[in-house]
Amino acid sequence: MITPTDSLSDIKKGLDNKSFSCKELTKFFLDRIEKANKKINCFITVCRESALKEAEKADLKSNSVPSPFAGIPYANKDIFCTSQIRTTCGSKMLENFLPLYDAEIVRRAKNLGLIMLGKTNMDEFAMGSTNETSFFGAVKNPWDLTKVPGGSSGGSAAAVAAGLVPFATGSDTGGSIRQPAALCGITGLKPTYGRISRFGMIAFASSLDQAGFLTRNVEDCALCMEFLSGFDPKDSTSANIPKGDYSSELYAKLEGKKIGIPKEYFDGNLDSEIGHCLAEAKDIFSKLGCVLVDIELPNTEMAIAAYYIIAPAECSSNLARFDGVRYGFRSINSNDIDSLYKNTRNEGFGTEVKRRILIGTYALSSGYYDKYYEQAQRVRSVLKNDFNQAFKKVDVILGPTTPSTAFPLNKEARNDPTELYSSDLYTIPVNLAGLPAISIPAGFGKKELPIGMQLIGQAFNERVLLNVAHQFQLHSEWHYQIPKFNESCDE
Amino acid sequence: MSNNWETVIGLEVHIQLNTKSKLFSGAPNKFGGVANSQTSLIDLGYPGTLPVINEEAIVMAIKLGVALDGNIPEQTVFARKNYFYPDLPKGYQISQFDEPIISGGFLLIEAGSQEKKINLTRAHLEEDAGKSIHIPNERLTGLDLNRAGTPLIEVVSEPEMRNAQEAVSFMKNLRELVRHLQICDGNMQEGSFRCDANISIKRSQDKKLGTKVEIKNLNSFKFVENAINFEIARQINRLENKEKITQETRLYDEKTGETKTMRTKEDENDYRYFSDPDLLPVEIDKNKLKLIKSIAIELPLDKRKRYATVLGLNQAQIDTLLADPALTRFFEKSIANSALPPKLAANWITGEIMKYLKDQNINIKQIKISVESFVKILKLIETDKCTQNDGKRILRMIWEDEALIEEAIKKTLSGKENFNDENLRKIVSKVLNEHPKQIEQYLSGKNKILGFLVGQVMKVSAGKADPKSISKLIKDKLNQ
Repeated sequence: MITPTDSLSDIKKGLDNKSFSCKELTKFFLDRIEKANKKINCFITVCRESALKEAEKADLKSNSVPSPFAGIPYANKDIFCTSQIRTTCGSKMLENFLPLYDAEIVRRAKNLGLIMLGKTNMDEFAMGSTNETSFFGAVKNPWDLTKVPGGSSGGSAAAVAAGLVPFATGSDTGGSIRQPAALCGITGLKPTYGRISRFGMIAFASSLDQAGFLTRNVEDCALCMEFLSGFDPKDSTSANIPKGDYSSELYAKLEGKKIGIPKEYFDGNLDSEIGHCLAEAKDIFSKLGCVLVDIELPNTEMAIAAYYIIAPAECSSNLARFDGVRYGFRSINSNDIDSLYKNTRNEGFGTEVKRRILIGTYALSSGYYDKYYEQAQRVRSVLKNDFNQAFKKVDVILGPTTPSTAFPLNKEARNDPTELYSSDLYTIPVNLAGLPAISIPAGFGKKELPIGMQLIGQAFNERVLLNVAHQFQLHSEWHYQIPKFNESCDE
Repeated sequence: MSNNWETVIGLEVHIQLNTKSKLFSGAPNKFGGVANSQTSLIDLGYPGTLPVINEEAIVMAIKLGVALDGNIPEQTVFARKNYFYPDLPKGYQISQFDEPIISGGFLLIEAGSQEKKINLTRAHLEEDAGKSIHIPNERLTGLDLNRAGTPLIEVVSEPEMRNAQEAVSFMKNLRELVRHLQICDGNMQEGSFRCDANISIKRSQDKKLGTKVEIKNLNSFKFVENAINFEIARQINRLENKEKITQETRLYDEKTGETKTMRTKEDENDYRYFSDPDLLPVEIDKNKLKLIKSIAIELPLDKRKRYATVLGLNQAQIDTLLADPALTRFFEKSIANSALPPKLAANWITGEIMKYLKDQNINIKQIKISVESFVKILKLIETDKCTQNDGKRILRMIWEDEALIEEAIKKTLSGKENFNDENLRKIVSKVLNEHPKQIEQYLSGKNKILGFLVGQVMKVSAGKADPKSISKLIKDKLNQ
């Protein structure tokens, strides 16, 4: 029997034992998507026909395909290009854009026989942390439909939390996988920068963008890493560093592992109920034989300012190609090239994207470059150094993923964007330093909203990070909790 | 008055590298073709695509850097130059700003009869843009992105040239260099080698440079010369009329021979350079650099000097031989291990071979005769086994099929043995006896008549005898 919260190994077992066919499995999730999507809006595109066709194919050769992932359904954040399947990046600019190629991560998934159910909703061009900047409307948090799911991978997080898909890809530039994972009560991994190819992932801020996974548990993250990460010569920033045997190392004992507790992550900004959950988590680690070590990340408070220079600067350049000339939206109200540019970009981009393009353009302008961009790059090295110093003493760093649980959906009320920006304070330093980090469920707040714990690892050492996170899940139940919303889809 | 003015010229030369593929994509790097047929999704700036540096372009740039005696850094960085233009698919050009692949270096040029050293500021790698094709009648603009992503090296000189002739010499010498390095075809009509010229005028006693004007996109030596001369005259004229020079970019109109304003400084883009986060800094391997240095070619200017002083070739021959690097190679191969006199090989290549190439409108690369066959013919001449004319005859016979060479030699030389010195002496005696009048003329000082007498002997020998030997025999006989 299929249940909506089956992990990848559950599903694999079911397929191997022929408890259900791949087509039954695919149809099961597609039917749930059909019912649920109206309520939570987590998919922009559902690929019902192609998914069922692929599933039939998988059933026919179910014994001959050696891939352990064959026939497992998944979803892609709509930032990954999918050949001949519309890829919008959450923007009007690409409302009808049909890519001519598959992103590398999509190509690898296809080769493994994974079945893509659809493309998940997201903040426009991944700029936002509420999913409210999507041109296709906000996503709702399955735990409370009046709350945000987080962003920008909010569609992927909500879809996994609501049991609509076993796992989904995401991208994380400043917390876009970990924050929605935390707010939706699931597991979200952002690997080390360079671990997964960026080829075919529509760029927001190239030096920070990193693809990753939103899953039911750490074990599933380890599987995704094994099968979908790794060097790609098409991406010059992709790292040619051997992967680990992530799954088998999940079970290593934690005795003697040092877990850093940065004092900057546990100050007054943090909601007390989150602080409480993390204290319990620390206890679990202590009982597992870990040593908790107080550490300092003294320059943490500079991270947000630096990030909101570097990310917009890169985005202002990355998004220049959306000019209405070759593909995507083109304004019809134009009579020369200048008005074509201006109107296309004015009508095609949403407010938040325009705001960041403007900030970035300004930060790179002659006369301001040194003051902003150069300075931000210096802060970036300082932050990297903070982490380097810390990792001389500890194996992983523990902290919150977000300063609060999911907050109400209310786009109109968000007059001051910097208020939202500042809630990324625990996730952003990790992107600036290029490190791997995972958010895992660590409890619930008073309003029955999930709370996430963030574990930060050393560069290219996802093995230890996943090992520590998995051991926590072996000794906690939070990741088994599912929103009531799930039941409404079973009817 | 006007001789009080001094011209200052700096050049930015765009050299299109003849790599197999583009600078950041695998699309072919070829001129022309059906519009947009030589593009990849990377060249089209498709969302999600990423650039990957073409290693061949880096090697070519290093070759140039070594030849120009520039500094090649341990790492070089690519930067984005941001501006909007329809033929610029990504909205930015990948170029270099800080840490270019070559800094410093120099190029020797001709200044009058002197050699002059022009220092270089830098040279950087960048991708070319596509082309907009305007169809005014239909108010349409088409885009051809075949050229987009083509690798360029931009060589920036210091403002050290003083007149148009020096600028032209700079262009000629640099073009010859890149062609001999085999990194650029030097085709100026197709834009593979073009320049922007920065021109300013100052009073000769002034230290400070005048306001500079940039003339864009000059793609022939003639245009470089004309545009600069026009611009010098225009600027001096303004200064003499106490008018200011506006800092601006101008375009040269080849029809009128004038330059016209394209944009002024106020319209200049702020390019917002920053290092491209899609490309990590390129590390230049020391061993690779060493290897490239070790296989560095003899520079064309050094070749010119050696050809003149060591090989004794004349200027016209040197110009012809160096005008096409493939011809230079043909020449050098022919004298390499053959012990042929270089002068003989040069005479034949610049004479007979060039004549053939021109007649058939082909270049040396299309020739069907190998260096080996060519050397074989010249060897026969050098060892007096046949005459120059015999050699030409053989060449003609094998022009379309060099496999015929042995047969051709046999045919041409058959009967030669009948004209050894002994036989020839007999014929000479006979001919001289038949022409007493001409002998009288010769002896009275009309040396030219010798040619006639040689011709008569040749006739009797049916063209098989060696005119040199005949001439010598006649002279010996008459001077006895």
